[in-house]
Amino acid sequence: MKEFTYVVKDSAGIHARPAGLLAKKAAGFKSDITIKKDDKSAAAKKLLALMSLCVKCEDQITVVIDGEDEDTAYTEIKAFFEENL
Amino acid sequence: MIILKGKGVSDGIAIGKLYFYERIQLQIEKKTIEDTEAEYKRFEDARGKAIEQLNALYNKALEEIGEEEAKIFEMHKMMLDDEDYLDSVKDMIFDEKVNAEYALDKAKETFYEMFASMDDEYMKGRATDIKDISERVMKLLLNTSSQIVDSDEPVVIASDDLLPSETVQMDKDKLLGFITMYGSSNSHTAILGRMMGIPAVINLRDQLKLAFHDKKVIVDGFTGEIFIEPDDTTYKKYFEKQREHEHNKELLKQLIGQENITLDGRTIDIYANIGHISDADSALQNDAGGVGLFRSEFLYLENNDYPTEEQQFEVYKHVAEKMGGKKVIIRTLDIGADKQADYFAIPKEENPALGYRAIRICLDREYVFKTQLRALYRASIYGKIAIMFPMIISLNEVRRVKNIVDEVKLELFNENTPYNRHVELGIMIETPAAAIISDLLAKEVDFFSIGTNDLTQYTLAIDRQNQMLEDFYEPHHPALLRLIKTVADNAHRNGIWVGICGELGADLDLTEEFLAMGIDELSVRPSAIFALRKKVRETNVSDCLKSGILDPYQ
Repeated sequence: MKEFTYVVKDSAGIHARPAGLLAKKAAGFKSDITIKKDDKSAAAKKLLALMSLCVKCEDQITVVIDGEDEDTAYTEIKAFFEENL
Repeated sequence: MIILKGKGVSDGIAIGKLYFYERIQLQIEKKTIEDTEAEYKRFEDARGKAIEQLNALYNKALEEIGEEEAKIFEMHKMMLDDEDYLDSVKDMIFDEKVNAEYALDKAKETFYEMFASMDDEYMKGRATDIKDISERVMKLLLNTSSQIVDSDEPVVIASDDLLPSETVQMDKDKLLGFITMYGSSNSHTAILGRMMGIPAVINLRDQLKLAFHDKKVIVDGFTGEIFIEPDDTTYKKYFEKQREHEHNKELLKQLIGQENITLDGRTIDIYANIGHISDADSALQNDAGGVGLFRSEFLYLENNDYPTEEQQFEVYKHVAEKMGGKKVIIRTLDIGADKQADYFAIPKEENPALGYRAIRICLDREYVFKTQLRALYRASIYGKIAIMFPMIISLNEVRRVKNIVDEVKLELFNENTPYNRHVELGIMIETPAAAIISDLLAKEVDFFSIGTNDLTQYTLAIDRQNQMLEDFYEPHHPALLRLIKTVADNAHRNGIWVGICGELGADLDLTEEFLAMGIDELSVRPSAIFALRKKVRETNVSDCLKSGILDPYQ
């Protein structure tokens, strides 16, 4: 299991579009990818659940990746956050 | 005529017939299903077709509106792939043996509620997307097609709220504007209106009635006002406003960022008149070189008591900052005559236009004047503020005003409060008296601003509001133009600049005369700026002078 924390810099937060892209990206991995914000969490592969976390700019989130391809997933998902959010 | 008031979210004026867009109420029945596999397949088939439709809508939106709006449909596709959403439908069909329509309707409700109850405006708005995708699949299941606007002529679409797919499916040539009962500034209706450049007004709530269908309507996207069955006066007014707006949009494309320069190289400043803190946006959008007249009255008229120094300071600071380094000329309190506030307790006057108003009140109630001046000087370090004083008739008044200004500056200095020591001070020339002694007044101030509305009424002794006098009213009366020329000459002889901030400033029939007189600045309503710039750029001042354009006013 691997995890990292990230502070969202995009002024609109994880709104519909990046959530969609993230869900798509996450679906490409076998690992379970979970986004945690405060005491709530959502699977990154599930768009609507992800949106319902309502992650705003400057919110801190934790991304937990667990599964056989967790190393690649970790690098790529992290890069995704840095590029898009 | 009925007037409705909503929130304008896309600028423009629409005049036409109102078309009430009514959604077909989808009838959902709950049925028990034996073959759940087949039922789920029905749902999956419908979903597949919905995704195909969304692909087509994506392409249509991309082509007709733009990428941003097209992305909505891409997102809808992703939503229709969402595991939780699909599971919700699937579980109901298999566990409760219900028909696909019923299961879908329940899923829609659940997810709609989830978003609608979120504590965030943007996410709340996404509930509409859930509704949109669910109804798309539902229509396919029920085999009903969407109702598209059925009208031969272009119409103003009225509805409770519009779904993105509904707006995209409408024929663009038939859309004059959108008005809705609900929605937010970020709703698709608003975004689409702005992208298509047609007016949109939202939040009309239950003012908007089905009975208005097919009625003549005017939509003012600037103010959010809707006129149902407008009377002739309103119609004419808005017809003009619409024409001006259309014309401006054209001019904007050609003239934004261009200099106000004549064919023979003379430049003139074109500034904006604003009457409210919120008008600064409009000044900037219309490329104003500055604010030539900021009427400070709204601060007094919108209050139930004298506005405090702090309150005024915030407003002046905001506008100065908003305009960046551009000049903002703020006119001190001009209350009285037709602008009254109860707390001023001005006794009823026989002849208020010739009465207790503007600088006369300020010199009489010095504490009111000083509060405003303190606020102005304190704000002066946040931008390029200039101050002008209205309704001056004598040298003595100007000297008294300047003494009070000096006292205020000294006070601030002693308190160690920062202020700009070199704020330009000017006076309005709006009485014949001031115009006639402008040679003397010019030695006392940094600039003149000619207020042609009052100068006209005092020179011609005509009340502009009095309709019986319409035949006698000559807006271009040579007496007035002679006065303006005198003022301009006296200003220049004394090395100060002169502007015009009344309605005549925007009168394109006089632009050549004003340029020939050497007027340095014209301050006009923001929407008139581009037309004026165009006129300036088409004028040749030396040719005008050669043809003797000023001869009648020597």
